[in-house]
Amino acid sequence: MKKNKMIERAIHGVFLILGLLTVGCVLLITIYLVISGIPAITKIGLFDFLFGTKWASTADTPSYGILPFILTSVYGTAGAILIGVPIGFFTAVYLSKLADPKVKAFMEGAVSLLAGIPSVVYGLVGMLVLVPAVREIFDIPDGASLFSAIIVLAIMILPSIIKVSMTAIEAVPKEYEDASLALGATPVETYFRVSVPAAKSGIAAAVVLGVGRAIGEAMAVMMVSGNVPNMPSLFQSVRFLTTAVASEMSYSSGLQQQALFSIALVLFLFIMLINATLNFFLKKEKD
Amino acid sequence: MLSKKRKAYIGTMKTVMYISTGLTAMLVIFLVAYVFIKGIPHISWELLSTKPSYISGKTGILPDILNTLYIVIATLVFVIPLGVGAAIYLTEYAKNKRLVSVIEYAAETLSGIPSIIYGLVGMLFFCQFLGFKTSLLAGSLTLVIMNLPTVMRTTQESLKTVPQSYRDGAFGLGAGKWRVIRTVVLPGCVNGVITGCILSIGRILGESAALLFTAGFAHALNGFFEGLTSPGASLTVALYVYAKEQGEFGVAFAIAAILMILTLLINFSATLVSRYFAKKREL
Amino acid sequence: MSDIMTAKDLNLWYDKTQALKNVNIRIPENSITAFIGPSGCGKSTFLKTLNRMNDLIPTVKITGEVCYNGQNIYDGSVDVNELRREIGMVFQKPNPFPMSIYDNIAYGPRTHGIKSKVKLDEIVEQSLRDAAIWDEVKDRLKKNALGMSGGQQQRLCIARALAVKPKILLMDEPTSALDPISTSRIEELAIELKKNYTIVVVTHNMQQAVRISDNTAFFLLGELIEYGETEKLFSQPLDKRTEDYITGRFG
Repeated sequence: MKKNKMIERAIHGVFLILGLLTVGCVLLITIYLVISGIPAITKIGLFDFLFGTKWASTADTPSYGILPFILTSVYGTAGAILIGVPIGFFTAVYLSKLADPKVKAFMEGAVSLLAGIPSVVYGLVGMLVLVPAVREIFDIPDGASLFSAIIVLAIMILPSIIKVSMTAIEAVPKEYEDASLALGATPVETYFRVSVPAAKSGIAAAVVLGVGRAIGEAMAVMMVSGNVPNMPSLFQSVRFLTTAVASEMSYSSGLQQQALFSIALVLFLFIMLINATLNFFLKKEKD
Repeated sequence: MLSKKRKAYIGTMKTVMYISTGLTAMLVIFLVAYVFIKGIPHISWELLSTKPSYISGKTGILPDILNTLYIVIATLVFVIPLGVGAAIYLTEYAKNKRLVSVIEYAAETLSGIPSIIYGLVGMLFFCQFLGFKTSLLAGSLTLVIMNLPTVMRTTQESLKTVPQSYRDGAFGLGAGKWRVIRTVVLPGCVNGVITGCILSIGRILGESAALLFTAGFAHALNGFFEGLTSPGASLTVALYVYAKEQGEFGVAFAIAAILMILTLLINFSATLVSRYFAKKREL
Repeated sequence: MSDIMTAKDLNLWYDKTQALKNVNIRIPENSITAFIGPSGCGKSTFLKTLNRMNDLIPTVKITGEVCYNGQNIYDGSVDVNELRREIGMVFQKPNPFPMSIYDNIAYGPRTHGIKSKVKLDEIVEQSLRDAAIWDEVKDRLKKNALGMSGGQQQRLCIARALAVKPKILLMDEPTSALDPISTSRIEELAIELKKNYTIVVVTHNMQQAVRISDNTAFFLLGELIEYGETEKLFSQPLDKRTEDYITGRFG
């Protein structure tokens, strides 16, 4: 009898540890990023680091300003949202409300596939199709640019936008729509004036999720953006926060490597902010 | 009769919806077709069954295939018990609502962290701090943390579908908590575990940024346990290296086509599994 | 007849709402005791305090005593699992496990350490016979229990409860989800079982209480209003509220 109780207690303890594992991982990641990210910032100076416009980590007198990366990430994400959200949103409304069941089933499969394609495959196709096309169309010397990256990111965030928006729109009670239809509104009017507003927190969550995906993407962007630490401009080669870390990590050391950790810390802070926003909208959606 | 203005509104909205959906559909079809057309001609038995050789100048991707397989296995071996255990704690044991919401928030945070950050922390923690060096094991452990929330969530969802009356029935017969979990709760979450596995395999196959600095780029041919302790490129990392650094686009597209086929297979089996369990639940 | 269970000054709270107020009751051995009262009166809650099923709800707080054979079951030294083996429970909705009929019955004995196949076979057959369902299922013991009809499932659950050889059987509205024919079979079964077991049954159906029980307790708003011999309680209720309820003025 006593023995049974002890065993139950031990098992409870094991599960408690497993339950706390996610919390442990978040703490581990946070602590590692803070500890390894702070030294370079103190050496370089917070202001010079965040607002310095010149990144020359391997120069004789190196300079570590990451404003180009921050702005590139912000502009790139904004651009991707600007293109991806409308397309994703209208697709979601069409699929959840108007589409023939067969079309819907096919498109749901297509969207899942889009979500499952590895980012290096996007990068590869982007490198060989998009980059040359951009060079031709806009008559610029190199198509590997912020613009190409925006297009690739817009495509990559589409599946999350479509899926999350669809879930939100489909969760709107049918009674709302019936009431609107009974007042003489047509189906299309009802969808956009009743269903969509009722699902707005969920759609907002979809957009924020898209922002998170876009700002965190590394490999695909690395393959199409040219990877030069310029201040961002639409048709120039640029470097993102993520690609700044990825491109120099393998050969860096000393202050240069520490600065890369600091970049990761900045990226992490962006992500935490986005997560908090996402949670806010998801909670609202639940209520 | 609808006014002109209303008709115009409806017409515009419909057109925009058609265009958006059409664009999305064309995009997917183009991507699949392009990758297959460019990649399949380069897939040959020789490519799949050999390793790259500088002497003959030929490329083979067998090591990359094996590395990917090893990473998938090693990751699942760790992540399944951990994720299922965490889910059981949340649905069966945890009574403190605050703690539950902290754990769930942590899981959501984990699923929002970009893979490049996982790669970095994995490198610092597993490769350097724990001394695993750049190895498949370090890469797998990094992926374990990445996929923990997925397995946890799918298991949790399926645990919630186990009727409370089963638990009551078992407790009413005098079964202890652990026995109740083992005999009537766990069998009910098999579908969640399988779904979690499929989703995780998909993510592992597609992952590259987190593996770059943890598992490395090597193309050596190794057995499972030898492989775990040595560096090695997964298919995605190999694709990146071939395309970006060596300009070997034929091989890169061959790998892309293989990855595309695997993605299709995984999506297909995920649908099958969910359909199978939905049917089973109806019975 | 001696009293097998007694409750003394029992109070129970869900969070801050009090669901049971100062309940005192004595339940005699080898009899059927019925708890009646309108929904939400606390009768099911009280039933669940008798084998500590309320422990599973984290917000519940209990004061007072429930004694089984003279021992307070809320005492720290009591093994809850052993207690629930001796005081079995049948639930409102039939809840067989998603396993074979055989495994359902064997679940309890296996839980309490019986491994021998011969012994288990014997217990399974005896329990199914006692629950008057053996003839219907003896040829499909390996079939999934979820394929049975509702009435059969409920008798299976009774057999499952009997398989651990309890002393008391608590039944929480055992027939409310069943058709009239299945209901009468369960009622007959209950009368049959009282020879060897003590039965406490919560019921919505006053005719059922009259048909099967020896004693009846009437609950209202968490209080035990009246308790006594069934015949007497239904023919000459002492309390006005009992009279109002059994004559159908509310509830």
